[in-house]
Amino acid sequence: MKKIFLVSAAMILFANLYGQYPDGKELLSKIDYNMASENRYYESSMIIHGRRTALTFRLRTWTAGETKSFTEYLFPVREQGTKMLKLDDQLWIYSPSADRIIQIAGHMLRQSVMGSDLSYEDLMEDSKLSDQYNAKVTGTEIIEGRNCWIVELTAFVQEIAYHGKKIWVDQERNIPLKEELFAKSGTLLKRTQLSEVRRIGERWYPGRILFKDMLKEGEGTELVIEKIQFNISVPDHIFSKASLKK
Amino acid sequence: MIRFLFTGLIRDKHRSLIPFLVTSIGVMLTVVFHAWMTGVIGNSIEFNAKFSTGHVKIMTRAYAENASQTPNDLAILGTDTLMKIIPKLIPGMDFAERIYFGGIVDVPDNQGETRAQGPAMGIGIDLLSGDVSEAERLNLPSSLKEGRLPVNKNEVLLSRKFAERLDLEPGDTLTLVSTTMYGEFTLHNFVLAGTVEFGTTALDRGTVIADIGDVREALNMQDAAGEILGFLASGTYDDEKAGMTASRFNSRYSSADDEFSLVMKKLPELNNMDFLVEFSGKLKAILVAVFIIAMSLILWNAGLLGGLRRYGEFGMRLAIGEEKSHVYKTMIIESIIIGFFGSVAGTALGLTIALYLQNQGLDLGFMMKNASIMMPQVFRAHITPATFYIGFIPGFISAQVGTMLAGAGIYKRQTSQLFKELEA
Repeated sequence: MKKIFLVSAAMILFANLYGQYPDGKELLSKIDYNMASENRYYESSMIIHGRRTALTFRLRTWTAGETKSFTEYLFPVREQGTKMLKLDDQLWIYSPSADRIIQIAGHMLRQSVMGSDLSYEDLMEDSKLSDQYNAKVTGTEIIEGRNCWIVELTAFVQEIAYHGKKIWVDQERNIPLKEELFAKSGTLLKRTQLSEVRRIGERWYPGRILFKDMLKEGEGTELVIEKIQFNISVPDHIFSKASLKK
Repeated sequence: MIRFLFTGLIRDKHRSLIPFLVTSIGVMLTVVFHAWMTGVIGNSIEFNAKFSTGHVKIMTRAYAENASQTPNDLAILGTDTLMKIIPKLIPGMDFAERIYFGGIVDVPDNQGETRAQGPAMGIGIDLLSGDVSEAERLNLPSSLKEGRLPVNKNEVLLSRKFAERLDLEPGDTLTLVSTTMYGEFTLHNFVLAGTVEFGTTALDRGTVIADIGDVREALNMQDAAGEILGFLASGTYDDEKAGMTASRFNSRYSSADDEFSLVMKKLPELNNMDFLVEFSGKLKAILVAVFIIAMSLILWNAGLLGGLRRYGEFGMRLAIGEEKSHVYKTMIIESIIIGFFGSVAGTALGLTIALYLQNQGLDLGFMMKNASIMMPQVFRAHITPATFYIGFIPGFISAQVGTMLAGAGIYKRQTSQLFKELEA
């Protein structure tokens, strides 16, 4: 009788605790509200902390939907004028020094951008989490002094860079503060830390993201968002090969 | 007595011809085999040294750990200064900066769009300073198949098969797609000056050879080089000298606490070359041992056959009072004469063949078609001072050993039985 009582009590307690966790799908929608957008323009600095030295790039990027992206390098001088255009799963890079446009094949999109810890996909990815992953909230943890949900994501689409993700989501602002990105085999590929979260319009957005490629030596790559605008009007001609040489 | 025995050998061909032929053929084979193996191993070692390892190689410790990946982000910095200091520190060696890199060669069409692409392995060497030693070290003038060697900035050589695959001809433009020393994506235009063929698949598959200055510009590696290769003045690898040089250099420059400190490695420590170098050192001992054992067995057998044929002769000699030891001694003296002349003839014949193989070489390219390791296409024998005696000494000794073993039967003959045997 005592055992039955204890088991019942434990089940009720567990059910109550689990019941306190938000629905995964709902949480992803809230994250998407903050992080995803129809289109955006942002200026950023990418600081690559290599084994030997740190290298800083400045770039500006336009994205439209989930498939179009255009990036122009502004600094350093050697890279000034280098442009990247992504349309669907194709990427073209223009180098002003060679005056050539080179197409990078699909799988090459997973290569490192400029020796950083980001792949071309990471840099240009703007898909909604809720369109790609199933989510399950599994616990709570305090990250950088803020209460976070621990959420485990599993991809339900096939062609995707990271089959699984574990994210720590700020309970109040619904924005990830830490992410671990996994391959289908379960190997941890990357770890990101999002900080300097600020209010932009009606959404919360990180001002600094530290990417660490776990398969690479070095101290990681910081992406500092210096300026960002959401849902602005982006002319179509930007996402054309002609604009690479302009 | 020697004259008597010599005359006997000349007149009785059955007694001398087979041992003479066996000895001379064996010695000839040993001489040719030694010269050939010395040449093949030496060719392979030097080919790898010239294209990849040097007799010694200087890298950063971090680069050396992953040298097979040519991690140029871990390259040596300050090479301009280093290249002034190192020759003073280590006189008697030639040093050459190299940058090995990977990438894609992209060929544009008239519109500047990609027409063809192929993965490439590149080597940046000194081609434009006026010093031709690197071009000659890589045998570029004689490997040239089309066009000419680079004489202007941003001109490159491509392996002929690679150029054919990309449908490129001298004068055409190509773009190298690669990453810089800092990991930046880079595109750099080159003009194809000529095509080369080295005869080894590993190099002919997709090699790009450019001036190191242009490679530095393309890969953002100013005042840097992936590797500095050192070559002994003699032109051939000497393990003792290389070891002493590396040890002296490392005690001065290398520190286990600093992954970017320099480290010098000698050839056997690179590209799994230790086996070849070790085998080369033991080749003489192996050849002498194999020859003596094999030839002794053959000559023993020949001696036994000769002994059977001369059974009656030995019986008669013993019967008329000749000492067993004297009969045995005359057999040994005969074998010394046969061994000497057989070895001289074999050495002379072997040296003639080896000289031909040294001058003409053998094109074994058809065997290297799918080889992934770096081996030359044409192998040549190499006559060294050891080639002159490598066959002679064991040939001479094995003739004696064979006769000694075969002649031992003389001591088993019973004098009391001799007349019965003769009657029979």
